Amino acid sequence: MNSVMKPDMSVILAGIMLRNPVMTASGTFGYGEEFAQYIDMETIGAFVTKGLSLKARAGNPTPRIVETPGGMLNAIGLQNVGIDAFIAKKVPYLRSVNTPAIANFFGSTVDEYTEMARRLDEIVEVAGLEINISCPNVKQGGIVFGADPGSAASVVSACRAVTKKPLIVKLSPNVTDVVVMARACEDAGADALSLINTLIGMAIDLNRRRPVLANITGGFSGPAIKPVALRMVWQVAKAVKVPIIGIGGIMNAVDALEFMLAGATAVQVGTASFINPGAAQKIAEDMEAWLISNGVDDIKSLIGAMET
Amino acid sequence: MQFTAMILSNIEVSPGYWRMRMTAPPECATASPGQFIMVRVNGAIDPLLRRPFGIFDIGTYRPSQSGAQPQPFLEILYRVVGKGTAMLSTLHSSDLLDVLGPLGKGFALGKPDEEKLIVGGGVGLAPLYLLAKELVKESKVRLFAGGRTRDDILCITEFERLGIESYTATEDGSLGECGLVTEALLRRLDRLQRSATIYACGPHGMLNAVAQIAAERSIPCQVSLEGYMACGVGACLGCVVPGRSHSPETPDFRCVCTEGPVFESGELKWRE
Ligand SMILES: Cc1cc2nc3c(=O)[nH]c(=O)nc-3n(C[C@H](O)[C@H](O)[C@H](O)COP(=O)(O)OP(=O)(O)OC[C@H]3O[C@@H](n4cnc5c(N)ncnc54)[C@H](O)[C@@H]3O)c2cc1C
Ligand SMILES: Cc1cc2nc3c(=O)[nH]c(=O)nc-3n(C[C@H](O)[C@H](O)[C@H](O)COP(=O)(O)O)c2cc1C
Ligand code: FES
Repeated sequence: MNSVMKPDMSVILAGIMLRNPVMTASGTFGYGEEFAQYIDMETIGAFVTKGLSLKARAGNPTPRIVETPGGMLNAIGLQNVGIDAFIAKKVPYLRSVNTPAIANFFGSTVDEYTEMARRLDEIVEVAGLEINISCPNVKQGGIVFGADPGSAASVVSACRAVTKKPLIVKLSPNVTDVVVMARACEDAGADALSLINTLIGMAIDLNRRRPVLANITGGFSGPAIKPVALRMVWQVAKAVKVPIIGIGGIMNAVDALEFMLAGATAVQVGTASFINPGAAQKIAEDMEAWLISNGVDDIKSLIGAMET
Repeated sequence: MQFTAMILSNIEVSPGYWRMRMTAPPECATASPGQFIMVRVNGAIDPLLRRPFGIFDIGTYRPSQSGAQPQPFLEILYRVVGKGTAMLSTLHSSDLLDVLGPLGKGFALGKPDEEKLIVGGGVGLAPLYLLAKELVKESKVRLFAGGRTRDDILCITEFERLGIESYTATEDGSLGECGLVTEALLRRLDRLQRSATIYACGPHGMLNAVAQIAAERSIPCQVSLEGYMACGVGACLGCVVPGRSHSPETPDFRCVCTEGPVFESGELKWRE
């Protein structure tokens, strides 16, 4: 036999048909357009916007970024254009590409989250919503929504009530038990869970005896966090029925396929897009090549297929 | 654009400072002075992020053997300060580099009939050579180069070969005047007969002083800035600097990699 069958790379994620499981992660791919000259958008499964809020946010003072071995810390402070400018200036681009766009968003109260979900629900170009619950709840002493199952559930159920679009909840790894959070979000109506967001870390400049980041702490991402992310995806996949998007340190097709074995239906590529703006495309292509050379005809057969 | 460059040469031009020439696609020939490239130092994950460098020069290399095609090249001038630049300095000709660029917004060349005053501190001279090459075509250009010691005054002969008058100052007096290069700039400004534009790149303290001088005398001034960069394409928002009206209440951040690295000094917030 010398004709090679193309494997089926498509997956269905919370009702969204993806041509392949590779997405880009929020905050690492702008609003899509920034990457248009480096990547063929129609070779990836979906892309996720920078986290959006009701009002534009300026973000934190600098330095906001520092590299650490195998990773980086960021304290951007959720700088974004705000929902109105998003609709006016960024949505036209979403319309021009034939790839699902997921809008990532956040708020500082349950009402803000709900209002965002309502606004995003009206945008036909938005294929699905991803709730970033790694934000402080200003009404409850700044405890992060994603660190308290009750707060997380109230955000998710309030958003669920105002949108019929697929609702993805992005989990924070900065919790005692990620499975408890995952179950709370599933029960509150999430259609899918994405994990992990960044791990909180810090870096110190010994000579200046000061933190490197102006914000002191920052979110840790990149290849160094992959083992933690894989473990959490595996734990959550065993505990919930909704599909999972694996995120954390994915640099190549092998990393992505490992996440699928651990139980992920799709993956998101984050920091890797900074190093190589075409990373997501390359990963999708290399995954297909791996399937061909390993005689796998449907990528869905790999989801959760790790043997123990 | 993203391309694989082949290193043509990598030479230490002064202790700790290196000049690297690499092949470039023809599209790079139109890079404007002040634009930069992001270099992946190696294919491993440490260092993880690309490193930004200004474009020092672009040109065409004509191989000596007959029949070989002329090859466009670009050059960077860099200082070894840490892990990434140390690794870069160990590379040899015919090694390959993964490069993103040209990126960002370069210098505006302005009116030809005015005097062009270029101010560079240390490795800040890097993006100013290509600028000088453009400016001398139509204008009178003077260079003010400063550094801590003579070792920090780079590639002056290249500038002089363009027919540019240069003034140098070092903090230890080992080359040129003893002191800060801004003093020589001020003296020139006092004797200025016609309008002028200042172009500056260097340490933040020097840029701050130059911006102040330009503001006091209402002289147009463009500065090239640095920022901590992860992506170079406007996606990570790591590289921002405060704009003129910035305050904690009215935030105004500018993105160095896409709105800069060259800014009108009046657009930015400086120390008083
Ligand atoms: C637009 C732009 C153009 C540049 N052009 C040149 C150039 O032409 N020639 C040149 O020599 N350098 C240039 N730089 C600076 C250069 O990118 C850094 O020196 C380099 O990234 C350091 O890498 P490293 O791995 O050797 O150092 P690291 O090990 O990463 O860091 C060493 C030290 O340098 C500091 N540092 C690292 N990156 C930066 C940065 N971007 N800005 C300020 N401090 C930093 C670190 O905090 C640390 O103290 C430019 C920077 C930018 C943003
Ligand atoms: C600079 C930067 C900005 C980010 N901004 C957001 C954001 O706005 N919303 C969000 O949900 N996640 C954000 N993230 C987290 C990523 O989407 C991703 O979860 C995390 O970086 C781990 O994946 P990685 O290791 O592949 O980068 C950001 C990450 C980085 C590095
Ligand atoms: S370096 Fe990423 S936005 Fe400028």
